Amino acid sequence: MSTVTLKKVGKTFGEGELAVHALKDVDLEIKAGGFICLSGPSGSGKTTLLNMVGGLDRPTTGEIIVADKRVDLMEKGELAEMRLHNIGFIFQAYNLIPVLTARENVEFVMQLQGIPAEERHKRSSEILDEVGLNGLEDRKPAELSGGQQQRVAVARALVSEPALILADEPTANLDSVTAETLMDLLRHLNDEHGITFLISTHDKLVMSHARRLLQMHDGQIINDIQQR
Amino acid sequence: MIGRSLPLLTTLGWRNLWRHPRRTIVILFAITLGVWFMVVSAGMMIGIVEQQVRDMIFNLTGHAQIHHAKYRDDPAIEHSMPAPGKELQEVLDSAAVKQWTSRVRLPAVVMSERESRGVMLVGIEPSREQGLSFIGEPVVEGRALESPDDKGIVIGRRMAEKLETRLGKRVVVMAQDKQGEVADRGFRIVGLYQAELEATETAYVFTGLVTAQKLLGINEISEISLITESRENIDTLVADIRKAEPGLESMSWGELEPLMVTALEVYDNFMIIWYLIIFAAMAFGLTNTMLMSVFERTREIGLFQALGMRPRFIVGQVLMETLILLLVGVALGNLTGWFTTNVIFANGIDLSNFARGFEAFQMSSVMQFQLELDDLVTINILVIVLGLVASLYPAVKAARYVPVEAITRT
Repeated sequence: MSTVTLKKVGKTFGEGELAVHALKDVDLEIKAGGFICLSGPSGSGKTTLLNMVGGLDRPTTGEIIVADKRVDLMEKGELAEMRLHNIGFIFQAYNLIPVLTARENVEFVMQLQGIPAEERHKRSSEILDEVGLNGLEDRKPAELSGGQQQRVAVARALVSEPALILADEPTANLDSVTAETLMDLLRHLNDEHGITFLISTHDKLVMSHARRLLQMHDGQIINDIQQR
Repeated sequence: MIGRSLPLLTTLGWRNLWRHPRRTIVILFAITLGVWFMVVSAGMMIGIVEQQVRDMIFNLTGHAQIHHAKYRDDPAIEHSMPAPGKELQEVLDSAAVKQWTSRVRLPAVVMSERESRGVMLVGIEPSREQGLSFIGEPVVEGRALESPDDKGIVIGRRMAEKLETRLGKRVVVMAQDKQGEVADRGFRIVGLYQAELEATETAYVFTGLVTAQKLLGINEISEISLITESRENIDTLVADIRKAEPGLESMSWGELEPLMVTALEVYDNFMIIWYLIIFAAMAFGLTNTMLMSVFERTREIGLFQALGMRPRFIVGQVLMETLILLLVGVALGNLTGWFTTNVIFANGIDLSNFARGFEAFQMSSVMQFQLELDDLVTINILVIVLGLVASLYPAVKAARYVPVEAITRT
């Protein structure tokens, strides 16, 4: 079963002579449980593709189907609801909410989903333990290292068990040891929970963990390589 | 969704406010100051108006009066009325009436050996006037009238000055009697009274009810005046009186003093306009603060959207921050306002140096503050509701961010 399908997806920024074609008729099918890396130079369209799949931006042309729903046709509120229940995000800059503790950041999405406090607490404890943040639950983001913050972000993305996790350059701000640990964790979560990962990266380490590597250039997928 | 996530909204709202403590304190100070000003000005205006109403009621008006049907158009002796009959007496003695009294109240001329003045000669039952009108209060010089057949006269202190007379001297009162002849009689001044307004002191002279009736050759009275526990619920009682004595004219204080009722209505409208003016100044600061707050957190709002927060929830989040600010500001404003009016100015502000000027507006020389729950509720609702309306613009602006643009904003 496909989790994500893109049909002839194009995205153009600007108009006329200033128009930039960030994506050009991209066709893509991602099956459930995949661990896929998008690689390519800056400006190749990796982040734009992630944004389209996550409903953070709208395509100029084509169709995007996530969990059997046409994302490109959804209203703003429907998109938010779709992201809330189907997609987890991991960002390059962690993007934690600074006024909330690690636990509260992890529980944030569950609170939006209306999950009762007791259940939230149980699940956040489990996931924080799983990403190795036991004992740091009550620290605010500013009191955590970069690697710890990214782990909180991973825990937040995973805790509501979405069908798909989109990660944009998740190791860009991490040292190599922390990056290796994080990628092991993501692979482990992929293996254990069957969650689909779509990761954009420049990092060869991340690419080496991918089961499927999509190489992008000038808004097109130029290579689709199956790995281990 | 907003309802079940209220704790999250509250937590985020409260903590976000304290990300910039100085800014939050400045806007809190502005809200507090605005509400304080509203509360104090309301206390002052209510105090002035209430005092005017109390003075009017205490100035022989009462909460209601009963007259001969033509007395108010022409307060002549032939428009007197008999003492209350059985049915009227039953109503007047009912629990609805706190106190009532009969009076003779007719135009007269009072003369001293030097001056003469037109006045209202009022014959009273002294013991029944206590708590009902100012003449029931102790006099400032001499003695008060003691009984309906007291033969002395009590005049205003200002009247004594005008007549160039004093306590213990004699004056002559002339009035038209029942036969249309001029009746006159000499009275010894046994007391000088002081009223809130000097105009009152020159308007009335008082003697015993029976003494006045004897002077005028009548057994009738001019009016019955009464007070109840609450002046607000007078209409039912007046209706009962009309039913008991349909031939007489029974009127509530509002009907007797329509100008005062109009003044109260004008005051109510004026206060709403006044609150809005103060609020408008406050709203600029509030909107600006929330706009700044939203602008600074564009990236965070983009993150909220990416994580699945619906636009209306984002509106709710900004409104919650505003609501917390408003609730704290309103609470502080109420508290400081109450402290100002009920503790610092508990005894009012003495404006006796300007008393003559205030007299023109029928105002007392001591400005008392009075806070009514209704007005406090109006102020609080107005500030909170309009404050939320003022922050709708930044809230909607935040909800309209495009997630991908917001989240990449540096």
